[in-house]
Amino acid sequence: MSITTFIIVSLIKTALALFVLLTAVAYSVWLERKVVGRMQNRWGPTRVGPFGLLQPAADGVKFLLKEDLTPPHVYKPLYIAAPIIAVVFALTSIAVIPIGNPVTIFGLTIPLQIAPDLNIALLIILGVTSLGVYGVALSGWSSNSKYSLLGGLRASAQMISYEIALGLSLVGVLIMSGSFSLNDIVAAQTGVFWGFIPKWNIFHGQFVAFFIYLMAAYAETNRIPFDLPEAETELVAGYHTEYSAMKFAMFFMAEYANMVTVGCLATLLFLGGWSGPVFGPPLLQALLPVFWFVAKVFVFMFIYIWVRGTLPRFRYDQLMAFGWKFLLPLSIANVVVTALIVVLQQ
Amino acid sequence: MQPVATTFFFYLLAGLAVLGGVLVITRRNAVHSALALILTLLSLAGLYLMLYAPFVAGVQIILYAGGIMVLFLFVIMLVSIEKSQKEEQFNKLWLVGLLAAIALGGLFIGVYVKGKALFPEAKVVLEEGNNTQGIADYLYGHYLFTFEIASLLLLVAIIGAVVMAKKRI
Amino acid sequence: MISNFSQFFTLADYAMVLPIILLTLFALGILLIDLMVPAEWKWSNAVTALIGIAFAAGAVCKAQQNLRLMESPFVLSGSMIFDRITIYFFYLFLAGAAVAILTSVHYLEVEHEHRGEYYSLMLFSVVGMMCMAAGYDIVLIFIGLELMAISTYVLVGFLRRDRRSNEAALKYLLLGAFSSGIFAYGLSLFYGLSGTTNLGGIGQALARHMEANQGHPSPVAVLALLTTATGLLFKIAAVPFHQWAPDAYEGAPTSITGFMSVAVKAAGWAMLLRVLVWGLYPLRSVYVPLLIFVSIATMTAANFAALTQSNLKRLLAYSSIAHVGYMLLGLIALASVQYPAPAFFDGLKGILIYLLVYTFMNLGAFAVITSLRNKDVIGDELDDIAGLFQRAPVAAVMMLAFLLSLAGIPPLAGFYGKYFIFLSLIESQHYILAALGVAYSVFGLYYYLKIANAMFMRPALDQERLPISFGMKTALGISALLTVFIGVYPEPFIRAVNWSLGIVHSGAVAELMR
Repeated sequence: MSITTFIIVSLIKTALALFVLLTAVAYSVWLERKVVGRMQNRWGPTRVGPFGLLQPAADGVKFLLKEDLTPPHVYKPLYIAAPIIAVVFALTSIAVIPIGNPVTIFGLTIPLQIAPDLNIALLIILGVTSLGVYGVALSGWSSNSKYSLLGGLRASAQMISYEIALGLSLVGVLIMSGSFSLNDIVAAQTGVFWGFIPKWNIFHGQFVAFFIYLMAAYAETNRIPFDLPEAETELVAGYHTEYSAMKFAMFFMAEYANMVTVGCLATLLFLGGWSGPVFGPPLLQALLPVFWFVAKVFVFMFIYIWVRGTLPRFRYDQLMAFGWKFLLPLSIANVVVTALIVVLQQ
Repeated sequence: MQPVATTFFFYLLAGLAVLGGVLVITRRNAVHSALALILTLLSLAGLYLMLYAPFVAGVQIILYAGGIMVLFLFVIMLVSIEKSQKEEQFNKLWLVGLLAAIALGGLFIGVYVKGKALFPEAKVVLEEGNNTQGIADYLYGHYLFTFEIASLLLLVAIIGAVVMAKKRI
Repeated sequence: MISNFSQFFTLADYAMVLPIILLTLFALGILLIDLMVPAEWKWSNAVTALIGIAFAAGAVCKAQQNLRLMESPFVLSGSMIFDRITIYFFYLFLAGAAVAILTSVHYLEVEHEHRGEYYSLMLFSVVGMMCMAAGYDIVLIFIGLELMAISTYVLVGFLRRDRRSNEAALKYLLLGAFSSGIFAYGLSLFYGLSGTTNLGGIGQALARHMEANQGHPSPVAVLALLTTATGLLFKIAAVPFHQWAPDAYEGAPTSITGFMSVAVKAAGWAMLLRVLVWGLYPLRSVYVPLLIFVSIATMTAANFAALTQSNLKRLLAYSSIAHVGYMLLGLIALASVQYPAPAFFDGLKGILIYLLVYTFMNLGAFAVITSLRNKDVIGDELDDIAGLFQRAPVAAVMMLAFLLSLAGIPPLAGFYGKYFIFLSLIESQHYILAALGVAYSVFGLYYYLKIANAMFMRPALDQERLPISFGMKTALGISALLTVFIGVYPEPFIRAVNWSLGIVHSGAVAELMR
């Protein structure tokens, strides 16, 4: 592949991925409102379009047209930069996520991910997510407001604490697949036990790791039960109290994009990625893996919303104690046990 | 695929790193200094990538930019910036600093002019490949004992932090 | 027959690093046991630490016996060198730590800061020192250095309620971190020059480099040497990198000041010798002039600064800087001659003996100052030691012996350290330096006698007898005994140093024996 083709193909893939991701983000919001509504015995959005399906578009227009208010006494450069940082890093990490095996179109073999298959894809995702905290922290600081600052402080402490458990929970998976490349990790999960249980990592000794990942991921994305940085009952809205219109929407987008990324990662690492039954005509065979992938991500998103509808918020000390005193030792134990088993099996 | 425009990227990243370094020591506002330091760290990560050390680059981002600097910011955000901005530096050693900078700068220019010839023994092994495995082989092989001592170093640092900071032990 | 654990950790490696492993285990054990020990039993941690040191000494002894069986001195795939000098330094560190622990128990009780972490950190810092002395790989040396340094920073600031202690810890930490950074920078340049982290490999590459450039090193090599030397000289507190020492020594708990001035300094010397003599020997034409400048500056600045001090700890801090100047003279002598010349061995021997005698006499002096700390007396001013002869006659006489030994008066141990160093200087034809060294030693007598004058001639401010605890008595006894014993009958110790250098009798010893 020449350099020009590479750039063109990459641009097309980037545009496509961004479009899909942003649509997914918009409809996750709709899904959340609908599902939580049903859980609380309400209807959720119904007015705009059938089943309220056009609600995300209406929301988007509303965010664009509202007055963009900048409060006095904020530190302007960072106040403007913070939401951009948040949304940029949230959208970047999708670049290394593969959603299927490479496909061949017009004689070109194109991998179904934007970046080339890097051996450090996982590290990049972890790195980019860890940089995302700057958006939250800086917005809290630059807003020059007590609520925002508290939200920003809480967010940075919480994300640092849970990042360790998150990273360690992935080590077990890495030991089992022996690679940082997400394609290799998925490839290591193909096959079945006893004819019917898929050989996904979650069924392959990494159940505890999946649990840790789930908890840490909720904390990393500031979702209930770990949404202390934006706890509306205590901090109004936490770090984005002072933001309005499109800047606020950017934080919103970043949050949901992060949820999608986390769901994709969970699918790739624990739920076998795009592996699943493949049958039918060639076109269907090509599309089914992508369908399985999306379905798994959808399930993961649904659990997110389900948890939100069910659990109350943690207290701050409980949050820290849970992260440091429970998840961290558990994840270290998981690494040690996994390593021992892998060594003994050799 | 062959790497493209490496010279351009090298000087871009190196320039950014130096710029960040200068900003760190010249900004009066500690938050700005911290942000400039993040810029330096990220440019360094880019340079590591160019040296085909993706693992080191990834760890650099996760640990330094994403971990340590967040804690830096966390602490700085709790400090009253206005007060520290007004404080005067009382120990001004301009002359000594200038002399040291000139001497060091002269050496650096000399090194730059002479170029690669100064490092005859340096191995140029820039291969795309298993950087991660290579590092693991070194850490758990040749440097096994050093690695273990490094873990003691971290333990001592933790103990030290607790001893110095905790009110009641 | 037990097989090896792995190719990177063989049984030989295990036998050699056992002292380090044992010390680590005891240090961790103290941390755990400390949780269960009630406040009035905290001294038991000191006992545990001493047992750990005894075990480690046993392991060193065992390693010493196994030394003959080793085919090459290199262990752990070449990252450690286990020769006789390593063993010598191991014993030295353990002895220094043991005596320092003995002086600590009562002091910490008085300060109400008696906690297990103190002893644990001391053992950890000894682990770091051992890595510095035995390291043959710049990565291991650097990590050992940092392990020791971080433990020491915390120990310096261990009196958390004392502002001076906090200040000392902060200053020491900032300057220490800065110098470590410069040191690491220099090491990285040597890695770039040689393509290896092994000291031996660096030495060979530098020898080739000097040959290729007709004896004139390239600017990179000079830059690397300067930065590395800066880091090394900072750690042994040589002028102009000495400013941290008086502040850190003054603010630290006195028992730690003693520990720092002997064990930490000995470790700095071990590292300096390893790097400069084993690794960078080909560059000696560059660093000898540098060291001559540094040693003269050190002796001058330290001796003059010591004159005006009224604080005992600061005074002894400057005195210890001055001693670094004398020891550097030995390094100059050994580096200015070709390897097997007698001055090479005499210089090295001088440094090793100096470090040995210095350990006991300086720890003894600091032990006496430590014992001055009482309920409401800080006890580190010259006025506090006034009239010590009436308050504690035995301690005062011992202090006199330590001070005279520090000054290098003949029948005491300090004399022999200086003797070999000046001898090696004369052998390597540095007559002016030798004369200067002798002159400054005599000069130093003045401020040592100032302390003696206060102890014997001035009336005590507080007439009460000084209570001296059991541990302190033991520490003082050991130090005083060895200071006098080495002075009166130095032969076994000179033999020990000769053994560690692998020589039976050099000309100088034969002369001394006659």
